[in-house]
Amino acid sequence: MFELSTQGQEFVKKELQRYETVESAIIPSLYQVQKENDGWVSEEAIGYLSDFMGIPAARINEVFHFYTMFNKKPVGKYHVQVCCNVACAMAGTREMTKTFLDEYGVKEGEVTEDGRFTFTKVECLGACDKAPMMQINEDYHENLTPESARQLLKELK
Amino acid sequence: MEVKLLSEHYGDDNFKTLEGYKVKGGYEVLPKALKMKPEEIIAEVKASGLRGRGGAGFPTGVKWGFLPNNGETRYLLCNADEGEPCTFKDRMMMEKAPHQLIEGMIISAFAINSPKSYIYIRGEYTYAAKVVEKAIKEAYDAGYLGKNILGSGFDHDMDIYRGAGAYICGEETGMISSLEGKKGQPKLKPPFPAVQGYLKKPTIVNNVETLAAVKYIIRDGADSYKKHGTEKSAGTKLFSVAGDVNKPGNYEVPLGYPLLDLINNECGGIKEGRALKAAIPGGTSAPIITAEEIEKATLDYECLAEMGTMLGSGSIVVMDDTRCMVDMMKVISHFYHHESCGQCTPCREGTGWLHKLVSSVIDGTASVSDIDLLCEVANKMKGRTICALSDAAALPVLGIVPKFREEFEFFIKEGYSKVKGRANA
Repeated sequence: MFELSTQGQEFVKKELQRYETVESAIIPSLYQVQKENDGWVSEEAIGYLSDFMGIPAARINEVFHFYTMFNKKPVGKYHVQVCCNVACAMAGTREMTKTFLDEYGVKEGEVTEDGRFTFTKVECLGACDKAPMMQINEDYHENLTPESARQLLKELK
Repeated sequence: MEVKLLSEHYGDDNFKTLEGYKVKGGYEVLPKALKMKPEEIIAEVKASGLRGRGGAGFPTGVKWGFLPNNGETRYLLCNADEGEPCTFKDRMMMEKAPHQLIEGMIISAFAINSPKSYIYIRGEYTYAAKVVEKAIKEAYDAGYLGKNILGSGFDHDMDIYRGAGAYICGEETGMISSLEGKKGQPKLKPPFPAVQGYLKKPTIVNNVETLAAVKYIIRDGADSYKKHGTEKSAGTKLFSVAGDVNKPGNYEVPLGYPLLDLINNECGGIKEGRALKAAIPGGTSAPIITAEEIEKATLDYECLAEMGTMLGSGSIVVMDDTRCMVDMMKVISHFYHHESCGQCTPCREGTGWLHKLVSSVIDGTASVSDIDLLCEVANKMKGRTICALSDAAALPVLGIVPKFREEFEFFIKEGYSKVKGRANA
């Protein structure tokens, strides 16, 4: 059974008070659930949140499915999001992603066998002057080379 | 030549703190503004010629003037959902100069008599959100936010709201939907947000750079601000430059600055001495311009509009002669297909068609007549939807395809890129 930590529950309660409408608390609360649920949000967690917030599950689902940053299925410990929009694509990120997928033997969006990685191609992350770049969990990694990127992944245990 | 108004202190790491900001004259404009009449501030902003820096370029003071005097609570929303591909000016401002934005926002809120504002920050910008949230707390502790600000009798509360990954939330009514806890789908206009916005209350939505510029307009006066730029495009503007230049980055130049000078001087010219081929002048929604056009282009609203493109958010992608335009088109079309909110049929279906068609050129399943079909679909997507995303997806096609048609024809006939060659097929 999914349940938010005491701290998580306090957070959601505060968010419910923070804005002019309680529904504005849905996005921040989904972030909290994702943080406490290994980086993704399950159907069960939506049900829990619905009860906890007093907002219909359908209403939460509507928001949940609209935004790309909420993961709909399990992700690896490190969610590697490689920007493949214009500036980064020009700097070779599509090819770089392919080498990651080949090396770790997964398809885009899958979790590696050891649970460490999920690789996703994403749209512009607003760091185009430092292309090629990727985001691992919350952190930006910029001015990559194929070698530096590979080394970075190797060091993530 | 760069003219650093907004970006003057970007090099100072301490500028993001309240203390560091105050050393450089931070929060010295606020007391001055609070002694003015709100209508005087609005008049000054109108006189400055400041236009929205997020992409649409609408005159800021005029937008403020649309607020009805009906006694309803007014909201100020700062659009920090910077999502236009290749734009990174607002992120940098939030990370390096959050108090400059906050001071500009308090002045703007006072001008429009708003007790509450939100900074809607793009979900991916977690670091920027942390910096801004900390700065807001500092501003509260110092008495610049909250009740009776600096003894003026003006109350104002400010908060941040984080998006969660949706380009469409950069559209002002999409942002309002998102802030209201809904899907970030745009709303039909009119009513415009100034009349009926957040929670159906009068709402002003302004970009990060726009609100920060207000501070400098009040500090120096409209006449001083207008000394920079052209008659119809006043002031300085931050340009995010990326792609095949030696020194990509954010540069603040007066509007009207020649694009080629920005590329060759500030950005150090084209990488590895290769030849300039084209540039996207205002985010990927702006139609591409060729090297020949770049020579005549100045960075202002009117010149780029005359060229059939736009200044947009001020993000420039420079491409050298090794770039395949079919490939670039595919990347751009993929983006809009991914980001269409699905509400309007021409956009939901059209963005998919565009991406499929351009992909079929690369996959070798297209025929030459598909090039015309690509333009036909794009033409049918324009002006038929609630918001501008559909146009934003169509316009790049209508720029790239006619200007580089021979590259599309070559790809279809030969099965590989004219630029990259058979070896890279």
